[in-house]
Amino acid sequence: MLTVHSSYCADMDFELSDDQQLLRDTVREFARGEIAPVAERLDRDHEFPYEIVRKLAALDLMGIPFPEAYGGAGGSSLDYALVVEELTRVDSSVAITLCAHTSLGTQPLYLFGSEEQKQRYLPRLCSGEILGAFGLTEPEAGSDAGNTQTRAQLTDGEWVINGTKQFITNAGTEISGLVVITAVTGAGAGERQREISNILVENGTPGYEPGPPYRKLGWHASDTRPLSFADCRVPAENLVGERGRGLAQFLQVLDIGRIGVAAMGVGLAQGALDEALAYAKQRRAFGRSIVSFQAIGAKLANLATEIEACRLMVHKAAWLKDQGRSFSLVAAQAKLKSGRLAVHAADEAVQIHGGYGYIEEYPVARFYRDAKVLTIGEGTDEIQELVIARALGA
Amino acid sequence: MKICVLVKEVPDAAVDKRIDPATGRMDRSGERNLNPYDTHAIETAMQLREGGQLEVDEIVAVTMGPESAVRALHKAVSLGADRSVHVCDDALAGSDVAATGYALAKAVEREAPDLVLLGQQSDDGECYTIGAVVADHLKMPSLTQVVKLDVDGDALRLERQAEYGYDTVRVRLPAVISVGDAINEPRYPSLKAIMGAKKKPLETLDAAGAGIDVALVGAEGSRVACGDFHDPPAKPAGQIIEDENTDETVAQIVAWLEERKLI
Repeated sequence: MLTVHSSYCADMDFELSDDQQLLRDTVREFARGEIAPVAERLDRDHEFPYEIVRKLAALDLMGIPFPEAYGGAGGSSLDYALVVEELTRVDSSVAITLCAHTSLGTQPLYLFGSEEQKQRYLPRLCSGEILGAFGLTEPEAGSDAGNTQTRAQLTDGEWVINGTKQFITNAGTEISGLVVITAVTGAGAGERQREISNILVENGTPGYEPGPPYRKLGWHASDTRPLSFADCRVPAENLVGERGRGLAQFLQVLDIGRIGVAAMGVGLAQGALDEALAYAKQRRAFGRSIVSFQAIGAKLANLATEIEACRLMVHKAAWLKDQGRSFSLVAAQAKLKSGRLAVHAADEAVQIHGGYGYIEEYPVARFYRDAKVLTIGEGTDEIQELVIARALGA
Repeated sequence: MKICVLVKEVPDAAVDKRIDPATGRMDRSGERNLNPYDTHAIETAMQLREGGQLEVDEIVAVTMGPESAVRALHKAVSLGADRSVHVCDDALAGSDVAATGYALAKAVEREAPDLVLLGQQSDDGECYTIGAVVADHLKMPSLTQVVKLDVDGDALRLERQAEYGYDTVRVRLPAVISVGDAINEPRYPSLKAIMGAKKKPLETLDAAGAGIDVALVGAEGSRVACGDFHDPPAKPAGQIIEDENTDETVAQIVAWLEERKLI
């Protein structure tokens, strides 16, 4: 009997599985039915979407890519990207809440946590009972994340943490349960080399205080705050992963996170196109729908084309990760391209809406405010360029 | 007890519906979805089971349709049905309402359910009649356009949407009940339910397997002849009343309504 290795006979397949199509359609209906009616109010009132997070949790969406043994849904990175795209298509604040919780808050514990830490925290994180956060950025450590100033000193079997973090998502809500932070835990070899480790801090630990929420340009319904640590003591076993491996660990976490943020870029751009197309069909000028003018049609056509290209890149990055292959380069490329596209698509959508786009009458003004952070968060465009250039051997 | 839920794959609500002039049938080539009304029927079955007043042993989703219709069953089981039956045969293509109802009744008959639920209308054909046809073949009472359903001892108490209010009806099982979208708020399938759906049994039957007489189905077995379709006449332009003086505006609107005997 002739046995053919599958890689020789498998054609390239762009079709999502039945499960993935149903998942995508379900989240699409959920976003339209449950999020769209409240998105404007949550944005206006800067109100965290507790009720929506509860509903997302009921649909097993707060722990998509983690194994069922830890309470996750046992889904793939592609499943995750599909969900994130559909959520962002309607509301970025909800999407970033799920993304930061999954890729940044929960991922480090899943990847590097001890079995005991996984058993203790992952089921509560994946069920959405608590939200996870990741504390990396500091006033002096953004793109230069190695310049972390927060210190953790091991004293009498406890880490004593001092320092501040900033721009941290999900740390200050009523259901925030923990933050994994990077901290300098000792001197390393060579100049400017410090030993950096990841340490878990539960909300409510004395000495750990989430600060007041920022006044942001967008993402108004998501929770973003500075964090302060003043002689904050946590047990020695709250070290996440190997001591001194903090830098390598968070780089790996950010690599994975880029797939989610890239999916957000595609989703925001698609949402902006949806809104622009619907508006252009109903808005009349010079006796006809403005969609029939070539200047408007060309904008819509170009957006649809760019979105399709970006979506393919996001799906490829997710697919590579699901295959256990190297995905960092494609994820960085997808993130770079989709962040820029989101900004451009929101800009075009506002332009097509004319004066109505500049007031908070239609969702596109919110999309415009929400888009910009996608070229900054989870690695700026300039850092993505650096990552890509290095991969090219530059 | 056993509940059969009849489901149908229809063009997605977002797709503009059109008749294919070549075949005289609806163009179903675009995106498709489970008929939204049928999700209310599945939810009704789930709430009966979860309510606990009746012991629901099994919920079986049944569809008739081409191969692609399996996706409607996939969604139906992800929403809570325990297994599904797909009646799929080229001989069934082109069946009208009477032929479709007959074929579905034959498939349901094999299951011997205590209750048959379905959406009151399909999002494409919108005939509202399949439930009645199925009930006729099964010799069961047919209750249509049901918007409230409660267990009442060993029977069901229903409210039917009527032209000028509600009919309240008490019915003993078995029965065929078609539900409207006001009856409940269907749940969304969870990710685990979606991923577990493929593990639930799916039975595929051809016409003979379902006990269907092929002379009574398909385009040949259907008595309805379709063909001469026209677009609905264009609506005349509306009348715009500028509100310069509200009293006058109201008077004009009232006059317009009275003229048409609407008030």
